[in-house]
Amino acid sequence: MELWLTLAIGVLFATGTYLVLRRSLLKVVIGFALISHGTNLLLLTTGKLKRGAVPILVEGYQGPYVDPLPQALILTAIVISFAVTAFMLALVYRTYQSLGTDDLDRLRRPSG
Amino acid sequence: MTLLVVLPILIPLCTGTVCLLCWGRVRRQRVISVVSGVVNLVVALTLLLHVRADGILVSMMGNWPPPFGIALVADLLSTIMVVLSATMGLTVLLYSFGDIDQRREQGGYYPLFHLLLMGINGSFLTGDLFNLFVFFEVMLIASYVLLALGSEPGQLQESFKYLVLNLLASTVFVASVGILYGVTGTLNMADLALKMAQTEQSGLMTALSMLFLFVFGAKAAIFPLFFWLPDSYPEPPTAVSAIFGGLLTKVGVYALIRTFTLLFMQDIAFTHGFILVLAALTMIIGVLGAIVQNHFKRILSYHIISQIGYMILGLGFYTPLALAGSIFYIIHHITVKTALFLVSGITERATGTQELKEMGGLLNTYPLVATLFMLAALSLAGMPPLSGFFAKLALLTAGVQEAQYGYVSVALLGSLLTLVSMSKIYVYVFWGEEQPKRARAVRHLDLLLPTAFLVLITVSLGLMGEPVFQLAQQAATQLFSRETYIEAVFAAAQGAK
Repeated sequence: MELWLTLAIGVLFATGTYLVLRRSLLKVVIGFALISHGTNLLLLTTGKLKRGAVPILVEGYQGPYVDPLPQALILTAIVISFAVTAFMLALVYRTYQSLGTDDLDRLRRPSG
Repeated sequence: MTLLVVLPILIPLCTGTVCLLCWGRVRRQRVISVVSGVVNLVVALTLLLHVRADGILVSMMGNWPPPFGIALVADLLSTIMVVLSATMGLTVLLYSFGDIDQRREQGGYYPLFHLLLMGINGSFLTGDLFNLFVFFEVMLIASYVLLALGSEPGQLQESFKYLVLNLLASTVFVASVGILYGVTGTLNMADLALKMAQTEQSGLMTALSMLFLFVFGAKAAIFPLFFWLPDSYPEPPTAVSAIFGGLLTKVGVYALIRTFTLLFMQDIAFTHGFILVLAALTMIIGVLGAIVQNHFKRILSYHIISQIGYMILGLGFYTPLALAGSIFYIIHHITVKTALFLVSGITERATGTQELKEMGGLLNTYPLVATLFMLAALSLAGMPPLSGFFAKLALLTAGVQEAQYGYVSVALLGSLLTLVSMSKIYVYVFWGEEQPKRARAVRHLDLLLPTAFLVLITVSLGLMGEPVFQLAQQAATQLFSRETYIEAVFAAAQGAK
């Protein structure tokens, strides 16, 4: 299981990086969305993938519990990346409206 | 008493929220902002007095013992930074009354400003690595919007670059925190310091330390991760540039100092040696960048980069004196750099431009502004008896004690070039022929008073710097005795039970 997740993280990071390096603003945004998914999976994997009970103490249960912390971290990271992605999309749209292009090269100021 | 540690975060949060509720009512927002700014400064100073008298203050959120709960830790370095952020916050706030146009004020400038301060204070006070990430994000999201607020074409272009760079650093931050958690099983900094000191995987820790160096280095704009800074900082209105230039990059420097004195101590010869090399390159490349520019705020932005080099130089030397020098340098730099940005706002208003070659002759119309600029600029370059001189003196003495003569010469060369670049601004802006079309007398008292206040601070930091330098030394000693920090956090847990 770890291996498959590691591969998935790698693919997400690689495609994300490729998209971030593109000139189109929208592709950069999508690239970051992919990278942040990769990061969330990475957090999940660092919490050690093993079967266990919900981390709530129950009388009589001695078995293993799942580590709840990575899930809490992922939740926070998802909320933050949601907010940032929303802002990025708004910014891209506003840029497109006022400058008429979504090509990063053409965004450059004419007079240096 | 632990409430005191939370207040520097709570006050801006509440003020920001209340300002949001008063949407569109600019006058009411202004009154609330000033009251909050004053209260915040008083709280910060009280906190400083307490921490200085009684040692590190810790507050466990929800009374959960470490490493489970999130700790807010106020040691001397954190409180010094909080006092600085409160001072700059209040000063720049007063300046923005005269500087920010009505459209931006109605578009939510004040709420964003307070949320930015909340993120900054939170980053200084937190004792938990993931919480640090969260506060970084609070600060960054507020700064993204502040940078783009107004939606002028230049702002939109630069906001996107700034956003992408910082987002990349943030993503790496989360990933590194995740890996660190996977290795150690904790995120509380005190607990991490204990576990990492005992770890046998010191190679892995050094690799992780480089990831963190990348993350905080991108925020602090050290070489080679500085290129976003000189493009984006000059774009927004002066008040925003000033608070960015004064405080934002210093949060990165603070995070570097915190993590590289508390956590990453496995291979000091390599990590801190590497920081030294980066510091030297940052110092020299920043100042060379400044020299070729002819745009007032862009020159100042390049100088930020160069000065960041000096701050982490002290971290690289890693002796108590050098760290004290770094801390004093941060105190000096935040004040002076904010003051210089504020001056650039006044000259921009007087001439309608930022290009040095289109200005001139302001000495006749604005003698007081010229004096303020001169004092701040000489202090930045490190002329005695102003604050910059003592900051550099401490750093260089530490360098000579360590027999690092190469780095000392680079630092001296950097100061000399800073002086050249500052004189260039002075000559172009204040000397020469008045440009009849440009120079016009404008009302600028509301802008002048906050600027003069900051310049007054830098002059007194120089003339009566002894107590402040002692404070910096105490802070550095505290950073060196890591046990004090760790014990304080775990003792708070005992108290919490």
